Amino acid sequence: MSPTIGGAGLPPPAAATAVVDADAAPTRRRRMRGPSLESANAAGWLFVAPALVLVFVFFFLPVAASLVLSVTDFDIYAVGEPSYARFVGLSNYGHLLRSPEFWQALKNTFIFALAGGPLTVAASLAAALLVNAKATRFRGFFRTVYFIPFVTTLVAVSVVWRYLYHPQYGLIDFTLSRVGVKGPDWLGDPRWALPAIILMSVWKNFGYNMLIFIAGLQSIPEELYEAAQLDGAGPFLRFRHVTLPMLGPTLLFVAVITMIGYFQLFAEPYVMTQGGPLGSTTSMVLLMYQEGFRWWRMGYAAALAFVLFLVMLLWTFVQFRLQRRSER
Amino acid sequence: MRPRAAVWLVHAALVLGAIAALTPMLWMISASLMPTGEASAYPPRFLPRTVTFAHYADLFTRLELGRHLLNSALISTVVTAVSLAINSMAGYAFAKLRFRGREKVWRLLITGLVIPVQVSMLPLFLLMKQLGLVNTWWGVVIPSLASIFGIFLIRQYALSVPDELLDAARIDGAGEMRIYVSIVLPVIRPILATLAIWTFLTTWNDFMWPLVILSDQSKYTLPVALASLVGEHVQDTELMMAGSVLTVFPVLLVFLALQRYYVQGVMAGSVKG
Repeated sequence: MSPTIGGAGLPPPAAATAVVDADAAPTRRRRMRGPSLESANAAGWLFVAPALVLVFVFFFLPVAASLVLSVTDFDIYAVGEPSYARFVGLSNYGHLLRSPEFWQALKNTFIFALAGGPLTVAASLAAALLVNAKATRFRGFFRTVYFIPFVTTLVAVSVVWRYLYHPQYGLIDFTLSRVGVKGPDWLGDPRWALPAIILMSVWKNFGYNMLIFIAGLQSIPEELYEAAQLDGAGPFLRFRHVTLPMLGPTLLFVAVITMIGYFQLFAEPYVMTQGGPLGSTTSMVLLMYQEGFRWWRMGYAAALAFVLFLVMLLWTFVQFRLQRRSER
Repeated sequence: MRPRAAVWLVHAALVLGAIAALTPMLWMISASLMPTGEASAYPPRFLPRTVTFAHYADLFTRLELGRHLLNSALISTVVTAVSLAINSMAGYAFAKLRFRGREKVWRLLITGLVIPVQVSMLPLFLLMKQLGLVNTWWGVVIPSLASIFGIFLIRQYALSVPDELLDAARIDGAGEMRIYVSIVLPVIRPILATLAIWTFLTTWNDFMWPLVILSDQSKYTLPVALASLVGEHVQDTELMMAGSVLTVFPVLLVFLALQRYYVQGVMAGSVKG
């Protein structure tokens, strides 16, 4: 998952941010507070200035420029001399919509997010329930072990899994053959390459969500389970009617941030398959990288980046609508 | 189901999960110690017949991976130290200092949280080119020095710092900088620890931006060097595993040593992946 995307960073409730209007405070109190308003004003701006300058120059400005870039024919010649770039209107977007590679990358990215997201969330929830079970011993040990894949370097584990997936020498197909299953040529078969990357991503990421679920589970009052038990509810019914509803908001939050991360799939196919075989693992970001930084079709790549952004925004919006409906 | 059987079942599932979580890592270590060719033989072995450190020696001599290790360590350390100062000052100011336009700027800033970083990358590269920072460490470092998420994290925590504490210091005549250093920083130490670990891990593990901005092989960070090594030495399983161990181990050690702070931060719902 990429570090810079939000989702976890949702704005706090308005009450928490409400600020007392400084001018409305009684004069006497203001004097007691020491520095004049002017100097407090200056101090505040000085404290945020370095961060603001960096964020605006190196993030917001490029994001805005990206929109401009996407309506130009900025290419390898323009990289050398920017004045060669010309305004081309929406033709990059038109080109995009007519390109089979784009549709394939969009499809791959959606499959990855819509299959990988729920699978990861399910694995995380299962792990959290197990680790948090009353009977469980060595809780801290299992929690740490399950979290380890998440902190490892994505590029390195992609390299490792590339070998694990080897049809002859890889441990995965070998283990399958032991139980009488003929494993597929995971990364060499267009039908299996994307599922293989999904499987690895579930392994890599479930530990993080597990921690959030454990925190959520621990906040469910014990009395609810006791009451359910008195009513004769077995473990499954208690899970269905106590755990799941109480975890509701956490579940959606986790699903949203997991899928937002998955929409940005890049390093796994870059290292394991280079987008192949037959483009079956080319993601939107990988396509953007190839178009923009390998072929230097930067105008076209910027259009791609923007479409990805819109898709993610739309998807997040849909998920929040679902959340609001479920809360009602 | 009898309770005893249930307890047994839970632990069986837990152990199975632990095996699944650790096997790829353990095989990576094991294969990195095998003599050349042993990791790509049939049937596959899990443990080396004879242990050899030849691949690690190879990495540090012929392939000069020590240089990339140093690059990664330097970049991650600088980013962590500087960004911690910049983000914590801003986060504290957004929480506790009053200045004109604060709410407007804050609202604008957090809208940035929903924009994927890849959208900024193409123009950012061109900007770096104008600044002469393509293919330099500064080109890798500078865009990471401030993070909206980091500012957000600090702000949420700093909101709980009591105003009375700050006002008392002001009455005593302390300047704002002094208050920040000697009162605020000690109070927000737990979240600083979480953010420091998170920043170090993400900077170390970062791949796409260093890949884009660095073109000289000698300047590559470890993940970029490893990815380019796969291209040339894909048949050399044991060597690649040694390279992976080298890449993963530093972050693993940082995590294991400091996991208390990190896990607390995540469980408080404050750190995202």
